[in-house]
Amino acid sequence: MRSHHDMGGLPAGRCEPDEHEYEMWEKRVDALMMLLSDKERQLLKVDELRRNIESLGADAYDRMGYYERWMHSISQTLIQRGVISIDELGRKMAEIEDRDERA
Amino acid sequence: MSVPEAVPARFGPGSRVQVRRADPPGHVRTPWYCRGHNGVIERICGNFANPEELAYNRDGLPVQPLYRVRFLCRELWRDYEGNAGDAVEIEIFQHWLEAR
Amino acid sequence: MNRQQEQDAQDSRGYYRRMQSAIEELLILKGVFSGADVEREVKAMDSRDPGRGAKMVARAWLDPDYKSRVLKDGSAAAEELGFAVGPLRLIVLEDTPSVHNVIVCTLCSCYPRMLLGLPPEWYKSRDYRSRVVREPRKVLQEFGTRIPDEVEIRVHDSTADMRYMVLPLRPAGTERLDEEQLAQLVTRDSLIGVTMVDAQG
Repeated sequence: MRSHHDMGGLPAGRCEPDEHEYEMWEKRVDALMMLLSDKERQLLKVDELRRNIESLGADAYDRMGYYERWMHSISQTLIQRGVISIDELGRKMAEIEDRDERA
Repeated sequence: MSVPEAVPARFGPGSRVQVRRADPPGHVRTPWYCRGHNGVIERICGNFANPEELAYNRDGLPVQPLYRVRFLCRELWRDYEGNAGDAVEIEIFQHWLEAR
Repeated sequence: MNRQQEQDAQDSRGYYRRMQSAIEELLILKGVFSGADVEREVKAMDSRDPGRGAKMVARAWLDPDYKSRVLKDGSAAAEELGFAVGPLRLIVLEDTPSVHNVIVCTLCSCYPRMLLGLPPEWYKSRDYRSRVVREPRKVLQEFGTRIPDEVEIRVHDSTADMRYMVLPLRPAGTERLDEEQLAQLVTRDSLIGVTMVDAQG
């Protein structure tokens, strides 16, 4: 089965030379990947990152932004490796949502 | 990059190869569009850990020879109309290649 | 997009933004890295831009010895100018009057980011990734680049541990320019191979 990320040669639309100014949160996603995959930490391999992106369904893959896919994948890898638990991540995200609402 | 434990290289620059027509599940770095097609080794890139194993947090050893393979566009795409020399070059690990 | 889809997209952006903050905070608490490490990485990525590749190209145009080193070992030639490229190997592809090179990553979005910074949006798009290997001449035309029929096109799909950068043709009429002036003519898109270098900049 051809996977949806493996798109070389498929029909698609006209290329629009669009630019995108990266937002700070996107740069910080990138920074997380760089740190976690470096020699010192080795908590994430680039191919694990790719695998967890590829295992998104086709709909989600197309709908999500580039760094949303990365963020999804980083969280999955850290959970799979036991670096963080689902529960602590859920609690932390709720805490941040509360904090943002109060701000 | 090369460590003692390496699979010996079976091909050299100029070798004619065919990409295996295989369809395993999982994380694979051999694009669909070149599977089953014929190409020529452009260069040996060196030995690298197997990404199909790295993707599951294993060590990917023994390291595998990685090649850059040149495919003519007319070989990849039957109806290709550009210059007959137009080509696509792809990095492919040895275990995906067969001698032709 | 209808209203509901817009709302969903906004919710999803907020969700992943919160996830980023949460994971960063958790990993700092666990001592995996410090806040300063994150800031340093962001700064380092901001400092990488196509000017680095442009400098290598301008130097290669002026210095034949440097050019042969660039083509032999792109990573070493980058480090020679003080640009660290890390473990991935840089291969520099030379355009000639009879060969034009262009790079892509059809499987994800591999890009010589250590040298050029983060990739442009279109490089990561389905349109570019799907089509440039299938109809490169048409795609280049969409970028305003017409490659003569007699020039061969080579598309380089970055699928594994190599990263690619194009060494474009030096345009005519630039004989009097120095390295810095030449580097200013070299655009990011010409290093990817979707455009040519123009003597007018």
